[in-house]
Amino acid sequence: MIAANLREPDDFEAWRAEARRLIECGTPPEQAAWSDGTGEADLFADAPSASMPDNASREVRASRAFIDLARSVILHTEPSRLALLYRMLWRLQEHPRLLDDAADRDVVALERLAQQVRRDIHKMRAFVRFRIARDEDGAERYVAWFEPEHRIERANADFFVNRFTSQRWSILTPRMSLHWDGAALLEGPPASRGDAPAEDATEELWLGYYRSIFNPARLKVGMMVKEMPRRYWKNLPEARQIPDLIAGAHKREAAMIATGADLFEAEAAPSSLDAVASGIAQCRRCPIGCTGTRAVMGEGPREADLMIVGEQPGDSEEQEGRPFVGPAGQLLDRALNEAGVDRARAYVTNAVKHFKFTPRGKRRLHQTPTAGEIDICRWWLDAERALVRPRVVLALGASSARGLLGRTPSIGRERGQAIALPDGTQVWLTAHPSYLLRLDGEAREREHARFASDLAGLAGLLASDQVPQSYPQA
Amino acid sequence: MSRSSVMERLEILADAAKYDASCASSGTAKRNSRDGRGLGSTEGMGICHAYAPDGRCISLLKLLLTNHCIFDCHYCINRKSSNVRRARFTPQEVVDLTLSFYRRNYIEGLFLSSGIVKSSSHTMEQMIEVARILREEHDFRGYIHLKTIPEADPELVAQAGLWADRVSINVELPTDSGLARLAPDKSGATIEGAMGKLSGAIIEAHDAQKRFRKAPVFAPAGQSTQMIVGADGASDAQIVGKASSLYDRFSLKRVYYSAFSPIPEASAVLPLKRPPLMREHRLYQSDWLMRFYGFAPREVQQAAGADGMLPLDIDPKLAWALKFRERFPVDLNRAPREAMLRVPGLGVKAVDAIIVARRHRALRLDDVARLTVSVRKLRPFIVTTDWCPTLLTDRADLRAMLAPPAEQMELFA
Repeated sequence: MIAANLREPDDFEAWRAEARRLIECGTPPEQAAWSDGTGEADLFADAPSASMPDNASREVRASRAFIDLARSVILHTEPSRLALLYRMLWRLQEHPRLLDDAADRDVVALERLAQQVRRDIHKMRAFVRFRIARDEDGAERYVAWFEPEHRIERANADFFVNRFTSQRWSILTPRMSLHWDGAALLEGPPASRGDAPAEDATEELWLGYYRSIFNPARLKVGMMVKEMPRRYWKNLPEARQIPDLIAGAHKREAAMIATGADLFEAEAAPSSLDAVASGIAQCRRCPIGCTGTRAVMGEGPREADLMIVGEQPGDSEEQEGRPFVGPAGQLLDRALNEAGVDRARAYVTNAVKHFKFTPRGKRRLHQTPTAGEIDICRWWLDAERALVRPRVVLALGASSARGLLGRTPSIGRERGQAIALPDGTQVWLTAHPSYLLRLDGEAREREHARFASDLAGLAGLLASDQVPQSYPQA
Repeated sequence: MSRSSVMERLEILADAAKYDASCASSGTAKRNSRDGRGLGSTEGMGICHAYAPDGRCISLLKLLLTNHCIFDCHYCINRKSSNVRRARFTPQEVVDLTLSFYRRNYIEGLFLSSGIVKSSSHTMEQMIEVARILREEHDFRGYIHLKTIPEADPELVAQAGLWADRVSINVELPTDSGLARLAPDKSGATIEGAMGKLSGAIIEAHDAQKRFRKAPVFAPAGQSTQMIVGADGASDAQIVGKASSLYDRFSLKRVYYSAFSPIPEASAVLPLKRPPLMREHRLYQSDWLMRFYGFAPREVQQAAGADGMLPLDIDPKLAWALKFRERFPVDLNRAPREAMLRVPGLGVKAVDAIIVARRHRALRLDDVARLTVSVRKLRPFIVTTDWCPTLLTDRADLRAMLAPPAEQMELFA
């Protein structure tokens, strides 16, 4: 047995010199006892290789590919790597193309080691987390604590120099430390975790980002652990949150679904307008329904040609329990009259059935319903529409149109034209009359004229259709 | 209105960005800051700095500039009619966040998207301003991905390409009817028109680079897009067809699939189902087949069932192989590369290793085992010197034998 010792476990040049000498002396792999100074030396190794006669009887050959592979494999912590590399070098003398044989056992073994080293190098680039510290001259220094699996610190330093050339940084590891001052890279002694600075406010932001970018509806812990193995977690500040995030995921997902769930899933559609009326009186599916106000049912002929849909009952509508009786309703009546549309022949209702308000002293101030509230109430409006079966629906304002179309249209762009619903019903869109009540002067004139012209268009649409008009029921 | 803290807004605007599938930071030109000025580097290969419990990598700071939006797309949490909390960052705030995260090695760079405020062009200007400050004032050399807005002025979109490594425009939905129903403010023609302009600019800049050394770099990592899966009725076959036509027409680097995710404040028009994550995964696998395994889109579609859906229990390559059994077994000692790439369970790396190794020896089954993850799946489809599956490929229960109880991993890159 010939002892081949390296003083530094990752000193490739020393290994290369030693291996060359052994091969020149014709030492077969099983005769060489490699040691890298970290473990115990082979007890049966007798003579150190340096004592062997220096006879360059054989020329030692190795491909570039092997040198590159060996440079990387030597960084591995596996003690048998040196012997494995030597055996490969020995075999390469006879079979120079051996590395190409990807199915060879030694090649497979070396490739596996090299891959583990590559992966560790990659993980160090990914998982080093710098924190801010101050040098003695007051300048900022970014300091990280990292525990690599293999001896990759030196080999990886270039990456950090290239990326962070303009900032001072240090990477501390249990084996050594690396320091960059903006111009030169220095190596220092081993460090401990306590040598690295404590977290700062920016780290809090990063933790917040990590929490927020995670989608609880797609929990895939196995995938995460495969790419971010648990042994790295202790030095990744964001990883401390993982257990809580996983534990809370199902609850968050359930909440996400619940906020949009179909609240009427188990309900059968009401079979009569009376059933709708009693249904809305008891409906508590949205916050407006829970305020204790009276629900306001639509009114008009059971089979009207025209349905008029407003936004929601206002103060006077809630008190009287009838739609469109307040100031806006009166304005609408006048305008319909002028356009030649008979309100008495129309079924009048609202997109939202309850009154939404904020109390201000003794008064109740109207508040616009949210899209979510309109979407919930849409079920009732659809039920009314299915029972009345109007040919044409006049939608007053964007909220009303949302209740019918399921989207919030631009009134300015889409008013005064017929939009067909999937069942063939024509929706005719215009502004809400209460909008007109809030205007003054020239704007008031202009908008009134537009409103009148929209209603004239509606009258034309009603008249043009061939289907006979229905009449009020007794 | 009181302005909320950076932390609160970061949480809102990162939360709003979590539905975007892409986080890649790969494929761009190599840069470093070795000259001592500037900050950052890119390596060609991206680095994932962390993984979220949803299994997806965090490579870039993925943010919305604002989640205010004048559009009302049903599948989008940020649509006008949604009741989510709103927030916005100034360009300078995004720059500061990006730099301080980058300096601490949390990220490879920035992926900026935005809701549309005021107008598409105004929003695009704000996003470009973020990239400009990063590149010009801070000489930032990390990765920048800008999600461009198809409705914005083409001049602005072109400018985005000058600052960004990658630009993307979402096609959103695989069918035009789905787009019309779920994204009433968007138009397929506008989206594809903008993609076409971008791809033109990328090709032009690439040509110019070859001729003039100083020609400006334009989106060196190319353009990508994202499609939402499961929100409309499109089948897998339709989605594969759409993706391949996008790859062809706009030379896209990637098409990302995002399983429609239940969102808070969901629109009533949408299905409220748990996202079909496996379906998304199968689509990524079929994407792989077309990009790396030489499958034509038609062949991937053949792997789908009569309803146009890829099977969920087995991967599309196996599904294809089971349908075209006459193409197997493949003799690993003789077959050309293209034929070996069709073998279920053989990846590109394994095929290349086999090609090199078989110059040195006649491959036996255990040689193959050393080159692949698992030889069990392969056996019915291959021939080696000591193995020939005479009957196996014709067995009726082959599918049942091979369909895994196991989980598949996700192919995000």
